[in-house]
Amino acid sequence: MGVIKIGTIQLILAYGFVVILLIIVKKRGLSREKEILIASIRMTLQLFITGHVLVYIFDWDHFIFTILIILLMEVFAVYNVFKRLKMDISKALKKIVAISIFIGTLSSLLIFVFVIVQVKPWYNPRYFIPIAGMLIGNAMTGISLGISRLVDGFKSQRDLIESSLMLGATKKAASKFLVDQAFDAAILPTINSMVGMGIVFLPGMMTGQILSGISPVTAIEYQIAIMLGILGSVTLTVILFLNLGYKTFYNDKDQLID
Amino acid sequence: MFKINQLNYKGILKDLDMTIPEKKVTSILGASGSGKTTLLKLLNKMISPDSGQIYFDGQPIDDIPSVELRRQVVMLSQKPAVFPGSIKENLQIGLIFSEQPLKASKDLETVLRQVHLDKPLDTPMDKLSGGEQQRVALGRVMLMNPKVLLLDEPSSALDEETEKFVIESVIDYVKDKGKTLIMVTHHRAVAKKYSDEIIEI
Repeated sequence: MGVIKIGTIQLILAYGFVVILLIIVKKRGLSREKEILIASIRMTLQLFITGHVLVYIFDWDHFIFTILIILLMEVFAVYNVFKRLKMDISKALKKIVAISIFIGTLSSLLIFVFVIVQVKPWYNPRYFIPIAGMLIGNAMTGISLGISRLVDGFKSQRDLIESSLMLGATKKAASKFLVDQAFDAAILPTINSMVGMGIVFLPGMMTGQILSGISPVTAIEYQIAIMLGILGSVTLTVILFLNLGYKTFYNDKDQLID
Repeated sequence: MFKINQLNYKGILKDLDMTIPEKKVTSILGASGSGKTTLLKLLNKMISPDSGQIYFDGQPIDDIPSVELRRQVVMLSQKPAVFPGSIKENLQIGLIFSEQPLKASKDLETVLRQVHLDKPLDTPMDKLSGGEQQRVALGRVMLMNPKVLLLDEPSSALDEETEKFVIESVIDYVKDKGKTLIMVTHHRAVAKKYSDEIIEI
């Protein structure tokens, strides 16, 4: 079973959906035309460039490129998390965010690629890059939620933490409930997406594999594995962040920093 | 018990000198904004002075690890801390935080009587009034059996009658067990009646 290629004209026709949206938005006076146009153009350009870069890398077939791309993805992920945050966070916490994303996603990526999929050659970009994208992307969402909950918690629950310290609590004990709440908030979306998987929606990777002619049975094996990999990557990244992160709200005298 | 030398804190407390005696009841009086709460927080190292020194038992408190100091010098804030759960859990949490063994229910009930709170131990904390929560918070500190109790307006949420009962039982507890009590209040009458020492700042 071959793959049906989408021709240029057909692809242009697909932009008809954007036109429909634009007409509706215009009629209703929602003034979102600019955003929709920018989003459509960005999506097109970014994917176009990525596609060509990937072809280039797949052809080049050298481990240096795989490593460089993965590092670039990590840097971009950290940068993106900071950009999406709607709050100011301390320098110390930013450092922890970066460390956690790097260590959390890289370790789960390496386990996934080497132990579970057993990719050959070990740097095979065809596996490495898309898997990294999924693991890193989900970890980004998780850690973003974790950061907001932790920072908000230290603001809104300051009195309770202070009272705990006054009773002789260590900073770890005084922050435990906040760390727990933030962890819960951070992993919930991943758990929820597992619940709906296969019934409510077919995940993108699986859809892609099925469209490209791979047996649905193979596709689900990959999907199950990647879902568990995502769970691991989110968990590792978030727990690392929280365990290191709460400390940045205290000074070396176990006092809350203003 | 405490000796304070030339202490300065953010323009709130200036060149403060004082000595707080051991095993006595000391009241700290002052207008609002005079830094009474700040002073208590300095004593259990929730904050640190910009300059000057505080000695606890002859030792500069800089040299005592904060957590260790706070387990001997326990502070009760003016707004009572309400942790999720029942009265029982709220009484025990001080012991958990200070890594002491938990107490049996009958000890908890004794403490509740001392703070004049006639409620079952399994009552959820959020069903209590502000004054009742404050009495639980006070009981929590007494249960921890610290050397020094720092109480910030312990009776601010209580009516006059209850205030009298509660303060009297705290004083009894302190005298009975040989503790040091340092209490911030704006009630001059309360300070006069119950304290061995009054310090105005």
